[in-house]
Amino acid sequence: VCFVPGGLDCSISFVSHVLGKVCVHGRQKEILSVLVPRLTDLTKSDCIWQRICWRLVECVPDRWMEAVVLGFVQRAPGADVLSRLLGNLVVKNKKAQFVVTQKVLLLQYCHTTAVLQNLLGYLSLDSLRRALLIKVLQELLETWGSSSAVKHSPPEQQQYISKAILICLSHLKEPEIESCRQELLTSMMEGVKCHLDSNLPQIRRLGMIVAESISSKINTDGPVLKFQYEEDEEARELKSLLVQTPPFCVVPSLPDDNRNEKADAAPPLVLESNKKSHTTALVMSDEESDAELDSDDDLIPYDMSEDKELKIKAPVYIRDCIEVLTGSEDVDKWEATVKTLESLVRNNPAATREVSVELAKILLHLEEKTCIEGFVELRQRAQVAVLTTDPIPVAKYLTSQFYSLNYSLRQRMDILDVLVLAAQELSYPKSHRKTKHSGAQNPCIQLLPGSDSSKDWRRIVDERIKSKTRRFATGQSQAELASSPNEFSSVVGHFFFPLIQQFDRPLTTFDLLGEDHFVLGRLVHTLAILMYLAVNTVAVTAMGKALLEFVWALRFHTDSYVRQGLLSCISSMLLSVPTERLLQDMTEELLETQSWLGDVVEKDPDGDCRRLALQNLLLMENLKKKLKIVPS
Amino acid sequence: MALPPPDPQFVLRGTSAAVHTLHFSCGGQEPDVPTLFSGSENGFIHVWNLKTHRVNTELDGHGRKSVYCVETIGSKNRLLSQGRDQRICLWDLAEGRTSVTDSVFTENVGFCRCSLLKVAQGRWLVAMAAKALEEVQVLELPSKTSVCTLKPEVGAKLGMPMCLKLWQLNCGSQPLLLAGYEDGSVVLWNLSMGKVLSQLVCHQEPVMSLDFDSEKAKGISGSSEKVLSIWSLNEQQNLQVYKTHKLVNAGISDITIRPDKKILATAGWDHRIRIFGWKKLKPLAVLNYHTATVHCVSFSDHKNPSERLLAAGSKDHRISIWSIYTQT
Repeated sequence: VCFVPGGLDCSISFVSHVLGKVCVHGRQKEILSVLVPRLTDLTKSDCIWQRICWRLVECVPDRWMEAVVLGFVQRAPGADVLSRLLGNLVVKNKKAQFVVTQKVLLLQYCHTTAVLQNLLGYLSLDSLRRALLIKVLQELLETWGSSSAVKHSPPEQQQYISKAILICLSHLKEPEIESCRQELLTSMMEGVKCHLDSNLPQIRRLGMIVAESISSKINTDGPVLKFQYEEDEEARELKSLLVQTPPFCVVPSLPDDNRNEKADAAPPLVLESNKKSHTTALVMSDEESDAELDSDDDLIPYDMSEDKELKIKAPVYIRDCIEVLTGSEDVDKWEATVKTLESLVRNNPAATREVSVELAKILLHLEEKTCIEGFVELRQRAQVAVLTTDPIPVAKYLTSQFYSLNYSLRQRMDILDVLVLAAQELSYPKSHRKTKHSGAQNPCIQLLPGSDSSKDWRRIVDERIKSKTRRFATGQSQAELASSPNEFSSVVGHFFFPLIQQFDRPLTTFDLLGEDHFVLGRLVHTLAILMYLAVNTVAVTAMGKALLEFVWALRFHTDSYVRQGLLSCISSMLLSVPTERLLQDMTEELLETQSWLGDVVEKDPDGDCRRLALQNLLLMENLKKKLKIVPS
Repeated sequence: MALPPPDPQFVLRGTSAAVHTLHFSCGGQEPDVPTLFSGSENGFIHVWNLKTHRVNTELDGHGRKSVYCVETIGSKNRLLSQGRDQRICLWDLAEGRTSVTDSVFTENVGFCRCSLLKVAQGRWLVAMAAKALEEVQVLELPSKTSVCTLKPEVGAKLGMPMCLKLWQLNCGSQPLLLAGYEDGSVVLWNLSMGKVLSQLVCHQEPVMSLDFDSEKAKGISGSSEKVLSIWSLNEQQNLQVYKTHKLVNAGISDITIRPDKKILATAGWDHRIRIFGWKKLKPLAVLNYHTATVHCVSFSDHKNPSERLLAAGSKDHRISIWSIYTQT
């Protein structure tokens, strides 16, 4: 396309029409990839060309404006170029304004960070447009801070909005911040609350980063908000958005690399200089010591073979341990007891069985008296040891305490973790168990609980699904393991049913269906794991039925973590309950579940939920196929 | 064949409380009796007669609050004691008196022992932890005028001063202060300007005690971890780490170098006293007698080398007196 800059009054509206029509038909890439670079060069210094360009875009009819503007925003290599090309289009044209300020930012979230930078930079470059920038920031903050948006919008959209907010903040100047400081503060407070309430760590972290950034902008000299969170690629990328890159950098990602490279280069230099000074010091001291006369030799040392590490004796009997843990003031002994308790319990099962419930009670309430490394882990392992030595009474105790008054959420979640770990131990054959102990590594469950434990289990379930779907082709591949009676079989009911019975009865300090939805999420995941471990036990069918009812009652819960748990419950159930039992005893429920899963796959806002539901549907399909293949 | 470690020469009992500080005064001529001063947790200062091994006098001047530092000023008749009642008391013990002649209210609730240095005839400097968290105050005695207040710079985050040592290279030269802090660093202060000359991070844990040999410009510090750190002072007044020594058990409450600079003793939390050669920190002996943590060690100032003694005070209420390496 070649213009003739001849006459003064050439009409460009025809060209605008062509441009608009082409863009709307989806050919933005082709035409703009030629047009935009040409225009960029031409408008660099020539005012006339700039005005021609502005007329060009202004004349595009409204119905095609969106496509054209979007194309320009995506193609332009920088905010200043965009400013040259579009001029004050957003101020003059209502449709363009809607696209730029509302549609791209709030209704779509597929665009890259570069596009956001272009757009918001464009808004900030002209005084007429800056008013729009502030309006945009306010609307973004409103969305960011609304609790329903945080709960129901997908994490990708929330990340997109957070990025947009950070870029806006980076463009704001002092007087503008002054004028809207109060509003920024209020929206930040509300937004932080909603974000921290969420169960997904990614959302929480987004909230923390944005709040920190806002706080640092509005309180430049006072104390700023500082959160503790994991710094990783995403966090660093978000934070880098706060600093504006110089306009001549064509690709916005380059400055990040440069900064990272510089940062990496600086520490090695520092380290090297440190090493050099250290080696010179060492060399000097060696020389000095060689030069000194050895006059210390006339002092003859005494026999020091008795000088060994001071060891505090730990109690050797379980009842002594109980005494030390409940009463003793001697902190050294207390420490030694805590460290040896697990091995004592495992080596003296008969003695433990006599006092198991008492021990479980003491351990549940045990607080850290002195600073021991790994106290939480030691306590948990002792609890698991007690539970596996005497499962039925201790499980009864623990499950009843889960629903009792006056326990902290941490303690309730500890109960769930201990039940899961003990269940895992009991359900593995003895030989397998021994090797696990020697490694002291539990690859499936992290001993320090976090919401990550559910992800690991999902991985295990996924692997199991994969192995299952191939199984009927390869036959038995695991006949090697030594067999022994399944100890879990006799006790699984005691673990499972008490947990599932009282979930809908709120107590004054504990309301699973209300505020404490985090614990509900953990409970659901625990039930899924227990179901999975109950494979090959006698009670599995009854458990399956109960679990299905439980899931049915909670299937519309608003929290996505809980929904993920419910879907993993279904996976566990489909994997553990023998197929014949599933299809004979639970046909109607399965059909209802299938239709619910189909709904989830299509309409659930959370990506993980959709994926899990799809897996469940695949599992069900496999079951049907399996039955067809097995000859009747 | 190495000999087994010696037993204590004798053990002083009778304090009925943990012993926190010891100080010998044995340099006098006959008929002066060699004396040992001890400060206990129950607030009493016991004056022990080392000939009869009995308590001569009991001084009660700190309102039953623990006494954690005891030193003589000049002669054995002038005593300085520091207690947890936030006071430093000066005593006059001549002719059987037991009166407190003067006291300084330090307003410090910590455990940092003060350090005493004679700068001129009748003039002494005493360094002590001050009221503010990180500060050290130096006063002149007996006038009690403040010489300077040593404040670390803002943001240095040294924590409380844990142990102090005033020293000067020889009579008449500038007095300097070595202070060990809670963050594990040892700082050399210039008193006249009140500024830091050098700072060295010796430990990861608080410095519990330090001692310094001004002739060799070498010092040693112990902490609550398992490492003893030996550092030296070079010509530019900079501290550098010279050596470290790893111990079997963690925790050192006190370190002291013998006046003849041949050996040093450490008091450990593991109930043991360790003797090292000062030249190269060669481990010489581990003295195992006490049944609770040893709080303090002190060497005597006998004029006759063969009479020299080492005393150790412990939480088990006993003071053990040892005669070790007296032949050199």
